[in-house]
Amino acid sequence: MDVAGDPQSKAYGLAAEFDSASQLYHAAEKIRDAGYKKFDVFSPFPIHGMDDAMGLKRSLLGKLIFIGGLTGFLTAVGLTFIPSSIIYPLIVMGKPTNLYTVPAFFPIMFELTILLSAFTAVFGMLIMNGLPRLHHPMFNWERFKRVSDDKFFCVIETRDPKFAERDVKDFLESLGGQNITRVHGD
Amino acid sequence: MADATVHTTENLTPDQQAVTRPPLVLNQRKMGWIANYVSSIVEDKTPIWWWACFLPCLALTGVLGFCIVYLVSTGVGVWGNNHPVGWAWDITNFVFWIGIGHAGTLISAILFLTRQKWRTSINRAAEAMTLFAVICAAIYPGLHVGRVWMAWFLAPVPNANAIWQNFRSPLLWDVFAVSTYFTVSVLFWYTGLIPDLATLRDRATTKIKKFFYGTLALGWRGGNRQWRHYEMAYLLLAGLSTPLVLSVHSVVSFDFATSVIPGWHTTIFPPYFVAGAIFGGFAMVLTIMIPACAIYKPLHDLVTISHVDKMCKVIVFTGSIVGYAYIMELFMAWYSANPYERAAFWYRAFGPYWWAYWSMMFCNVIAPQIFWFKYFRTHLVWVWIICQFPNAGMWYERFVIIATTLSRDFIPSAWGQFHPTWVDIWMFIGTFGLFFTLFLLFIRFLPMICMFEVKAVLPEADPHHGEKH
Repeated sequence: MDVAGDPQSKAYGLAAEFDSASQLYHAAEKIRDAGYKKFDVFSPFPIHGMDDAMGLKRSLLGKLIFIGGLTGFLTAVGLTFIPSSIIYPLIVMGKPTNLYTVPAFFPIMFELTILLSAFTAVFGMLIMNGLPRLHHPMFNWERFKRVSDDKFFCVIETRDPKFAERDVKDFLESLGGQNITRVHGD
Repeated sequence: MADATVHTTENLTPDQQAVTRPPLVLNQRKMGWIANYVSSIVEDKTPIWWWACFLPCLALTGVLGFCIVYLVSTGVGVWGNNHPVGWAWDITNFVFWIGIGHAGTLISAILFLTRQKWRTSINRAAEAMTLFAVICAAIYPGLHVGRVWMAWFLAPVPNANAIWQNFRSPLLWDVFAVSTYFTVSVLFWYTGLIPDLATLRDRATTKIKKFFYGTLALGWRGGNRQWRHYEMAYLLLAGLSTPLVLSVHSVVSFDFATSVIPGWHTTIFPPYFVAGAIFGGFAMVLTIMIPACAIYKPLHDLVTISHVDKMCKVIVFTGSIVGYAYIMELFMAWYSANPYERAAFWYRAFGPYWWAYWSMMFCNVIAPQIFWFKYFRTHLVWVWIICQFPNAGMWYERFVIIATTLSRDFIPSAWGQFHPTWVDIWMFIGTFGLFFTLFLLFIRFLPMICMFEVKAVLPEADPHHGEKH
């Protein structure tokens, strides 16, 4: 079996390479059914239905973004009403400064809702993905560079409670994985 | 149906052929080819044509920079703006550039939500165009404030002068709308770039490239545990950008519509401005994509004639909405029986600015109607030529709305004409220089096609590809 990274350091997992999205999809289904939890599949693009195949739930990000949007909305309510109605009421063209003036504040409320939702979407996504990070054990494997090109990979991590090197190797072979490699850290 | 998109239709029955979707990527290009070819545009030696285009554009950007320095150091009076035309070319150019940006967001967000998979090969370049157009747009109101060093008064920050913003002013709405639009567009664009930057990182050969693309790719691995959050973020960004893009030009139109000036005070403005923005923006997308694909010929397998055809249909559709709005404005001017409103429109069509009005009518309403004919939608030289009419026409539209309306005040003694100065003219040309400079830099350093999304629309990207049902 090939080894990537520094063999002295702790092994990250056993990785295998696949040729097509459909092979990877079916491999993920079987890994899920075999009861592994700490595994991931890598592909050049998101594969439709892969979350189900891996047994992953829907991303929580949507709920976070709702909270972000709500924060933006409330910020805008405060930003417009506190100065314009409470601390520094500015009467322009005889328009009211109380709650009746709310339609004039809708654009600001809308824009800040969108702005903070978008910030939450992008930065929430990065945080949930553990990004940015400078290095990862998978990058020690030279073949893994093609994950962003046209190859598909899967890895079963050593921290999975069911991990046993020989079993996993045979299992990955039975799924049709090629170039099975033990990936180490640095 | 896994194989709804197939490459060969010969061995299918006529019924099957009728329901088979044409392939989005021609010549049976594989994933490896897409990554290779699109990356090679960035990786190959800088071509001569690039320098030949870049240097003149850079020179024009320099002219713009000079004009800005001259304007800031001398005063905003170096523009031709004066009573009664206090908003002139600067606001015309602002609305013109902001409008151009809208097509990019429409392609990236609205077509994403409506699952128009053909968008994948044009969204990257169109979004880049959005950003560059908004940068060009932001210059004008930034300078129009007059004392540029006080532009921070636009931001709601407590200050010692006890000045606080009037949140009921559409001009302040505009500050929020445009800055939010720019920020969200940058985030959306960058999010889309991350997986492609990872491709460039993995292919990088030199230390500098590895550092540059490696840093920008943020350590992206392409694991499905990342993709699932990524896809959710992308979907929601598209969902957020869709109302945002519609709101931005609506808010821009409020600058006019909430005033009580004849010719501006109309409720039709928001939808009419948004349709016009998409109309002009698509014309600009085609104006820059057609030459880019002519230079990189194999891109025609990704940005196909069918793409051009569809964009031309959007142009003729939105152009017709704009034409309807023009006619409805005229009708309402007559039907309202308001003498000032009638006079404003009479003056637009038959006053001293008649040439601008009829140029606008011809360029925006008449010229694009030629896209009803398939021949003109599918021959690139024709498409490019016809797209120049909306490009020019949309500038005329904003000029007509702003200058003709302001030049006739309520009292004839306050009437006056606008005359651009050389600073007006060179700043306008200079923003084109800036726009194309940024676009050329984009082509050179970032993948102009969204590689991972194009790979995902290939038939073999389907996890059930090749399986029998």
